[in-house]
Amino acid sequence: MGMLSSTRDWIDARFPMTKMFEEHLSKYYAPKNFNFWYFFGSLALLVLVIQIVSGIFLTMNYKPDAAHAFASVEYIMRDVEWGWLIRYIHSTGASAFFLVVYLHMFRAMLYGSYKGPRELIWIFGMLIYLMLMAEAFFGYLLPWGQMSYWGAQVIISLFGAIPVVGDELALWIRGDFVISDATLNRFFALHVIAVPLVLVALVVMHILALHEVGSNNPDGVDIKKNKDENGIPKDAIPFHPYYTVKDIVGVVVFLMFFSIVVFFIPEGGGYFLEKPNFEPADPLKTPNHIAPVWYFTPFYAMLRAVTIDIGPLTAKFLGVVVMGAAVVILFFLPWLDRSPVKSIRYRGPIYKIMLALFVVAFVVLGWLGTQATTDAKTLMAQIGTAVYFAFFLLMPFYTRIDRTLTVPDRVTG
Amino acid sequence: MKRQLLALLLIVSPGLTLAAGAGVHLDHANIDRTNLESMQRGAKTFVNYCLSCHSAQFQRYNRLARDLEIPEQAVIDNLMFTGDQIGGHMDVALTKADAKRFFGAAPPDLTLVARVRGVDWLYTYMRTFYLDPMRPFGVNNRVFPNVGMPHVLWELQGWQAPVYHTEADANGKDHQVLTDLELVTQGSQTPAEYDRTVRDLVNFLSYMGEPVKLERQRLGIKVLLYLLVFFILAYLLKKEYWKDVH
Repeated sequence: MGMLSSTRDWIDARFPMTKMFEEHLSKYYAPKNFNFWYFFGSLALLVLVIQIVSGIFLTMNYKPDAAHAFASVEYIMRDVEWGWLIRYIHSTGASAFFLVVYLHMFRAMLYGSYKGPRELIWIFGMLIYLMLMAEAFFGYLLPWGQMSYWGAQVIISLFGAIPVVGDELALWIRGDFVISDATLNRFFALHVIAVPLVLVALVVMHILALHEVGSNNPDGVDIKKNKDENGIPKDAIPFHPYYTVKDIVGVVVFLMFFSIVVFFIPEGGGYFLEKPNFEPADPLKTPNHIAPVWYFTPFYAMLRAVTIDIGPLTAKFLGVVVMGAAVVILFFLPWLDRSPVKSIRYRGPIYKIMLALFVVAFVVLGWLGTQATTDAKTLMAQIGTAVYFAFFLLMPFYTRIDRTLTVPDRVTG
Repeated sequence: MKRQLLALLLIVSPGLTLAAGAGVHLDHANIDRTNLESMQRGAKTFVNYCLSCHSAQFQRYNRLARDLEIPEQAVIDNLMFTGDQIGGHMDVALTKADAKRFFGAAPPDLTLVARVRGVDWLYTYMRTFYLDPMRPFGVNNRVFPNVGMPHVLWELQGWQAPVYHTEADANGKDHQVLTDLELVTQGSQTPAEYDRTVRDLVNFLSYMGEPVKLERQRLGIKVLLYLLVFFILAYLLKKEYWKDVH
């Protein structure tokens, strides 16, 4: 027996190393017909690692102090060896994370991956998304630029719109009457330790739940119904080595796009790094136009789409409610969808049209959220918001009456 | 008559300034970050004309020397004032409080100004100061209306006067619209020379905004080439493994 295998056995007698490797990789049987959309799960994990590693190096030189934060970022950009690269990787990674996660969520909508028995995977995924938004929001304050400051100001003031407790709540979040050093310090703590811890724990639960029930596939076929004599689904292949080598290809292609941004367009045309954020935070000078970073803009547009007061409830508060509901409603997707089939391949025209409208509404709302409001744009945002909610609220009806095709017994490749 | 027109202009100026601030045409700066001489000339202009009021608090002199390939001794002799250290930042003696008293607003730090405003904005801004007797320093600016800054490069550019055009708005009311600037006093440079001076200055400001830009792009090419080779190998590996999956 070789040195290596005896070491392995020694560990295996004390820790389930081989068992875990087999359960989650070499003997985790995944459907063989994964397509392009199935790259984004592993890519999300990759971006999480990129963010944690680059983040650790940033904290080595970043100073969470209102008097020094902005200068410390420029110190990283100019004086720290490779600091500029680490910072651009981290800032690009934030946008990449949302892009990858949005595509990953869209995959679930295409193939009904949230439907039973995978409801909990979806719930964990949504919690990850929620934590990701919190992480991005806290992190965005840290460079202490004008947009950091005023963006946080706008978002925290939303809590102030809540009746009765609003002002106290906003005060409690800020730890001061305005956004200040106290706010920066706590946001730093939340950004670098609290939220990442929860995020990593949720990712583990997301993957454990997935490996418990097994992966869905583009046909939405239950591969466990057709097993061979060894109890292995006939349409499955072991995740490792098949999907590990396939995902490496996806990773390299992703890194190419990622590198193009990091090395050639790190500002992302003002969408990844906003121009006013190269100016230090000034509590006395409000920027002309405050726009959140692109990944929040669809929800921001929905917030601003609400323009009427209802009784004692202000439009601002109702906007906050609409924005919150837009996120919360996603959690209920597994129960809103009453279709007998999972995959879009076997769904009827109504679902396809609704999904297409939903995507258009989400993208248009995202664009509107970056723009200053005009009457026409507010109207567009209202229509977009209506479409967004109609997709979910009408789903129990249209998925039931929609025509469906017969789902084959085996995957179609 | 001109006076009266100006007074009239000032009455309607709140609306006008907004319009000008948002929609003014920006000239293309057309800078070349690989042109060391241009950035060196820009550095000289910056030190001579800007650095007395504006700091560049994140830019170190020795970094400037290294990046722009100027010998450190030449930087010490020509670009630094007594008391500064070669490894120090390009700070100014003027305090924020004094500056605010002199100009109404403290002159902003310029290290990152090119990233905040954009090079085209800066290029246009430095070329569109015009005479305006209503302003404290006698000048106004086309892209930054009612700016507190005097026209520090007037010796080079000379003075420009505004040319107005009367236009009727939707309600049929006449408005004075600033359409052009004309050179009324010749400076020490011709307009073409002055444009080049400003272009060099903006090039230098762009350098200060992100000194690492060229290095970043050079490294990016290498990284992408590496990833391309990696992609070919990864793709072949995947194909090899997957050939028996049907």
